[in-house]
Amino acid sequence: MFNIWITLIQIVVVFGVTMLGIMVCIYLERRVSAFLQDRLGPNRTGPKGLLQPIADGIKFFMKEDIIPDFVIRWLYILSPGILMAPALLGIAVIPFGKPFELFGYTIPMQIADLNIGILYILAMTSIGIYGLVLGGWSSNSKYPLLGGLRSSAQMISYELTMGLAIVSVLMATGSMLMSDIVAEQMQNGWFIWRQPLAFVLFWIAIFAETNRLPFDMTEAEQELVGGYHTEYSSMKFAMFFMGEYASMITVSALITTLFLGGWAVPFVSLETLDSFGIWGTLLSVASFVAKTGFFILVYIWVRWTLPRFRYDQLMRLGWKVLLPIALFNIVLTGILMAVWK
Amino acid sequence: MGTIIKKYEPKWSDRFYLVAILQGMMITLKHFFRKKITIEYPDVKRQPKPGYRGLHRLNKHEDGKIKCVACGMCASACPADAITVIPIESPYEESRPSISEKYAQSEERFPGTFEINELRCIFCGMCEEACPEAAIELTEIYDFTYLARKQAIMDKESLLDIFDKTKNGNFYLQEAK
Repeated sequence: MFNIWITLIQIVVVFGVTMLGIMVCIYLERRVSAFLQDRLGPNRTGPKGLLQPIADGIKFFMKEDIIPDFVIRWLYILSPGILMAPALLGIAVIPFGKPFELFGYTIPMQIADLNIGILYILAMTSIGIYGLVLGGWSSNSKYPLLGGLRSSAQMISYELTMGLAIVSVLMATGSMLMSDIVAEQMQNGWFIWRQPLAFVLFWIAIFAETNRLPFDMTEAEQELVGGYHTEYSSMKFAMFFMGEYASMITVSALITTLFLGGWAVPFVSLETLDSFGIWGTLLSVASFVAKTGFFILVYIWVRWTLPRFRYDQLMRLGWKVLLPIALFNIVLTGILMAVWK
Repeated sequence: MGTIIKKYEPKWSDRFYLVAILQGMMITLKHFFRKKITIEYPDVKRQPKPGYRGLHRLNKHEDGKIKCVACGMCASACPADAITVIPIESPYEESRPSISEKYAQSEERFPGTFEINELRCIFCGMCEEACPEAAIELTEIYDFTYLARKQAIMDKESLLDIFDKTKNGNFYLQEAK
């Protein structure tokens, strides 16, 4: 009974923090992009414009919710949720802090430690793409359809690289449990040092996976008039928007867990963390949030630095460059493991 | 003879692109810390450079008398036909010191009505150049708006008012103080 309550509290807290994270993302996106362009960005709503996401949200709620006549209605209404929900679900298996003891119970800082952790996350990020595809399909007009088609093809191409990059991590860990992966990294060093190639590949792939620049073919404004969300307005559009940021947070947390040691605090050993008690847990959570935040900042930073790929370039990069490198990396990992054992 | 421009062939090392990406990201990072060029308008107002052609004003002599002699040169010079001057006899008793003798000899004239339609005005500054008395001038005021077309027609009083507001130099510098 106690465990269920703990899990429920964790769900509420993680959900709330993620939603807050989405708001922070929106704020950062607007402010950082402005700063990178020598502008100031929104700084009127609240101190330093911090309430801007709330103002944006209110604006979206107040707007008229237009459902065009020609859409496939139930899919059209459903697809923003299909994008948003898996992105949030993915966070469930990510360990975000050191477990701590309370009233004799060990409370894991992770909602569910599934034994197929990584597969589950891969499945969730893939299902998220259905939101885009169905959104584009149900809009029943040409630009959203093109956007949806592009996202499906892009997802297939880059999911492969992403999966293969993870495989090399799995080979080194020997477990799909997220907690095992973190423990392994704390023992033998972070995977960013042991699997640098996989790290770079995975990093590139998550840009494509979340449809961010330079891979934002699905919503290429200049070509597709907004892509899959052309026909969407009001809160449905905002859901797509928030879904995109939610998946950004999820994959940033994932890359942190897989390659940057998850909640491990640099230069502090597990024993030292244990001796801090509850503060050790808080420190580990802070470390996790900082690492994840770094990747989110890089997302925004890259967006305002690099131009968009052409679609054939995107496909060539995915299939002819990243995929062979990922395969090579797996073979290399295998050989090294065999040699060192 | 045309010059032969060699096509750019990326070197083997260039084909990795990651270095170029990092260089590009360093450039954007530099801009992140650079001074921002945004002027936060209602709080901070841009100071126009001298010679800026904004809202008009009607100049006054030091004793407060209106410089304008209602000769109508500004009205005829105006390409947009925005100025209306109706002269009446001068209410001033003594004759005023004048820059141009030509008009000083004639009977004293005085603007009974002096209206500028700011919606028609194209702010070319021809009126300023045409005026023999340096009576009409364009000021640095740029943020003036109207709620009705009627308000856009500036009469003599409001034009003289602008003179009082702008005679001490830059209007926006004073406002900031």
